[in-house]
Order: sequence, then structure tokens, then C-alpha cells
Amino acid sequence: MAVHQPAVVAVDADEGSVRSRISGRVRRRILINVCRVALLGGALGGWELGVNTNHIDPFFWGQPSGIYKQLKTWITDGTPQGSLADQILVTLQEAVYGFLIGVSLGVVLGIALGRNRFLADLFSPFIKVANSIPRIVLGALFTVAFGFGLTSKVILAVVLVFFGVFFNAFQGTREVDRNLLSNARILGASRWQTTRQVVLPSAFTWILASLHISFGFALIGAVVGELLGADKGMGLLIRSAQNNFNANGVLAGMAVIGVIALVAEALITALENRLLRWRPPQMAGDAGV
Amino acid sequence: MSSSPSINAIELRGVTKRFATPSGGIHTALRDLDMEVAPGEFCAVVGPTGCGKSTTLTLVSGLEKASRGTVKVDGRPVTGVTPGVGFMFQTDAVFPWKSVLDNVAAGPRFRGAGRRKANDAARDWLRRVGLAGFEDRYPHQLSGGMRKRVALAQSLINEPRVLLMDEPFAALDVQTRSIMSDELLGLWEQTRPAVIFVTHDLEEAIALADKVIVLTAGPGRIKATFRIDLPRPRKAQEIRFTDAFVSLYSEIWEALRSEVETAYARSTAEVTT
Ligand SMILES: Nc1ncnc2c1ncn2[C@@H]1O[C@H](COP(=O)(O)OP(=O)(O)OP(=O)(O)O)[C@@H](O)[C@H]1O
Ligand SMILES: [Mg+2]
Repeated sequence: MAVHQPAVVAVDADEGSVRSRISGRVRRRILINVCRVALLGGALGGWELGVNTNHIDPFFWGQPSGIYKQLKTWITDGTPQGSLADQILVTLQEAVYGFLIGVSLGVVLGIALGRNRFLADLFSPFIKVANSIPRIVLGALFTVAFGFGLTSKVILAVVLVFFGVFFNAFQGTREVDRNLLSNARILGASRWQTTRQVVLPSAFTWILASLHISFGFALIGAVVGELLGADKGMGLLIRSAQNNFNANGVLAGMAVIGVIALVAEALITALENRLLRWRPPQMAGDAGV
Repeated sequence: MSSSPSINAIELRGVTKRFATPSGGIHTALRDLDMEVAPGEFCAVVGPTGCGKSTTLTLVSGLEKASRGTVKVDGRPVTGVTPGVGFMFQTDAVFPWKSVLDNVAAGPRFRGAGRRKANDAARDWLRRVGLAGFEDRYPHQLSGGMRKRVALAQSLINEPRVLLMDEPFAALDVQTRSIMSDELLGLWEQTRPAVIFVTHDLEEAIALADKVIVLTAGPGRIKATFRIDLPRPRKAQEIRFTDAFVSLYSEIWEALRSEVETAYARSTAEVTT
């Protein structure tokens, strides 16, 4: 860490070595992606082969070519309940609303309780109990209480998203470096300024980590809500496929949801990298799975 | 600068600080400590590790309250964090998510200055600590010495009348440290706050200070106070070899040595029992 002249750090590392390191990284990326495609192809091919050689019963387990055909039908002819895009949009809307509301509530309450001993002591037993019950069951209640529309799904998604974000925000608030808090106080920060400019950015590392899982929970909330009762959406599409003993339909619905989740994950990672620009690269590096 | 020189910038009278230890006992970090620092005076504090140097600073800053005794800054008892006090912490305390400019501008911004005014002042201070051109960096992109400069500018921009420094340069290598000492003296001459400068390094203490206080092994109290009447402006690297410096060094080291040995004997006894 000893640097004798400040100028040393201002100059970039040797350009040639940087370039060769970059091309090495690109090569590794390509290799990994090729292997991923091969793995996926192998699994799907094995599945298809298993069906063709009568080792797998497609009535129960579907088959890749059938799923592909189903997707094609949905895209070209639409689904029995309207176009595929409509179903995706409905589910996405429920999930995104649930995600945004759940994350906001989780962050605000997590930080508030993390900053306030009294509130933390007051609420902690209730939150622990609420977290340990299987909340997904509440979906049945919400469907009855709020009907087949948007509201019941959004509320279920909120309930699922909230706790993960809440616990991370709470823990992140508790883990803020005491030195930084002292420094802010000395420099003249009010309690609110400290919360906004020290606690929040510091807890952000924790909060962002929880967002990856949270969008998945929001999707689960929306889809399960639709399975329990809806007039539109991917969950309903899966449900009616199931009612028709159409295994390929169920799996095709799942594939569509999987793609949505992947896209959302990429967006969240991009957001994370933007917001955490201040972190040293070895911490912010792409260690995501 | 205070208009009435008779009032001490910092004054501790009969200060005792106790901590509850995790094992349920009580640890006395300071006992009956008396200390005063005049306005514009540079006071260095040396003492063995664990004798309560950092604790003294947190009491003066108002971050912690004394268990007994009074702490005054500018003649007023300290009841909480006081506006005219700056503090450079023992470990890095710059905000890692703020750019260098925003870190330095933080103090004025917290105190209600507009963004423009705060940024202008911050740029000026960055120039003074030799970091012009690094405004947009994040702290992790700086060297350890540069981060210390950011911390220094961050404290000085509030123009404190009292500046508390807790081993600010301890983590730096010897050369960088003596450069930083000279720069600190240059900046201190400009605004002349009263300073308490905690250090392990006796040479650094003598080179910088008007007064060196030696604390006893914990619980800390004053063992001896030494006036340093070396002429200013000083250059830390050159002053080291003068006769006056060498004789002061051996005199203070004599007082410090027995305390260091006591503290050391205690810590090894703890390990062996
Ligand atoms: N919050 C605390 N709770 C309990 N004990 C504490 C606390 N803070 C400090 N102490 C104890 O008080 C004593 C003095 O601590 P302090 O940090 O002031 O020492 P120091 O002189 O600054 O040491 P160093 O030179 O190693 O930084 C130590 O024995 C330490 O263990
Ligand atoms: Mg200390």
C-alpha cells in the first residue's frame, strides 16, 4: 500500500498487459457460453431421445419438441385466453408492482427498525413469527378477499418480497461502520442526513443482494396468485394446460416465466453495477450465480 | 482565534471514563485526568497502547460522555457533538461511496451550504492538500496517503477551532509520513486551530507540537508535560538532527519508557495467565 509519489496511482497499468488480460477474459467468456449451450443441448436432446425410445412418458413429462410446438402455437395463433403477449404483460405487471411495493416497504421498515432500538424491540417477535409461517398460503385468502383481478396477486407478491428485503435492510443498517457514523456526526450531519447519506448507501450492498431473489419471489407470487384464481396471466395459462392434461403446455408456460426471470435478473445486475460503482472491483466483480 | 486568550480551547478536569466490559466487569480507561490546550496550541499526546488516548479524544469531541469530571471546549461544557470540533479518526473514515469532491464537500453540505458553494470550497481545499485533479475518484482508487489527505481536507474545510487527530498517519510509510507532517504544519499555520495529536511516534510528536503530554499506562492520567520550544516554521525532516531535538527526545523517552514497559509487562502477564 506504500506509495511514495501520488502520481504513480494516477497512471494506468501497462497497456499491453491490460489488453492481453482483456482478450484472455473474452476467450474464457466464449468458452463458458459454448459449454453452457452444449450442456443445455445435451439435456434437451437426452430428454427428447428418452421420449422417442419410450424411456420417458411424454404424457406426464412432456417433450422438448412438444414444448417448442406449443410455444409456436401460442405465438402464432394466440392462447385460448388471448395473445401470449397479453398474458406475459399481465403477469409481469403484477410481479413488478408487487416487487416495487415490497422492496420499498422492506427498505423503509428495515432501515427504520435498524436505526431505532425501540421499534426493533417492539416489532421483532411479530416479524419473526410472520416470517416463519408459510406465507404463500395467504394467496388463497387474498383471492377470496380481493377477487380475481390484479390486487390479490400484487398483495401476495408484496408479502413474499417484503421479508427478504426487510431482513437484509435491517441487517445492513446494523452493520454500518461505526467510524463512518461518528465521522458524519462530527462533520455536522443531522440524524436524517446520516440515514440518507451514510446508512442507506452502506446498507445498499445488502439490499441489492436481496433484490436478486426478490424478483423471483414476486414472479412466484403473481403466478401462484393466478393459479389460485384469475381471468388472465401466465398462471392461468399453466392452470388450463394442466386441466387439459397438457404437460407440454405447463412446461412451455414455465419456460416463458424462466425467460422473464432471466431478463429481470440481467436488469437488476446492471442496476447493481451502476449503483455500486464506488466499490473496489474485487468486491463488485461478477461472482453471481 | 479566540478573542480572550485566558480561556482554554480544551480543558479536562478530573475526568474519569469507565466502560462496561463484555464479561460484565467495569474497565476504567481514564482516571482523574486533567489536561488543557490553549487556543492555537499544538499538543501531542503519547502513551502506551490502551492507555486511553482515543478515549480522551472521543470525550473532547462529544461522541462519548465522561463518567465523572468536566470536559470544556472554548469554556463551554461539552454535552454532545460540538460544531467547532474536527476529528481525524484512527482508521479510515472517508465515505467510500462518495467521490473525493463529495467527501470533502460533505461537511458544508451537512451544515446547509448550497452545492455550488460547498463544491467551490472543497475544490479549494483539495488544491491545498495537493489533490487537485482527483475530484472524481472514489476513495478505493486512492493510495493510503491520499485518503489521509482527503480526511484532512474533510476536517479542515469546516474551519474547526479544535482539531482532534488520532494517529492519523500511523498507517503510512516513513517517507509519506514525514511529508504529511510538514503539510499538516503548513495547513495548521493557516487557520491555527488548537490541536490534540495522538501518536505512537515520539519523533513525530516533538517535530509537530508545542507541548508533548505523556500518559501513564491505563487507566490513563498525565505522567509529565514537556514544552517544545523549537522555532517555527519547522521542517520535520531537518529538525530531527538538531541538538535541542535530540536532548528533548531522550528526556521524554525516559518518561515514556517506564510506562510502555509497564503496559507491556501487563499485556504479556495477561497472555501467560
Ligand atoms: N467501547 C469500549 N468498551 C469497553 N472498553 C473500551 C471501549 N473503548 C475503549 N475501551 C478500553 O479502554 C482502554 C483505552 O482505550 P483507547 O482506545 O482509548 O486506547 P488508546 O490509548 O487509544 O490505544 P491505542 O494506542 O492502541 O489506540 C482500552 O483498554 C480499551 O480496551
Ligand atoms: Mg487509539
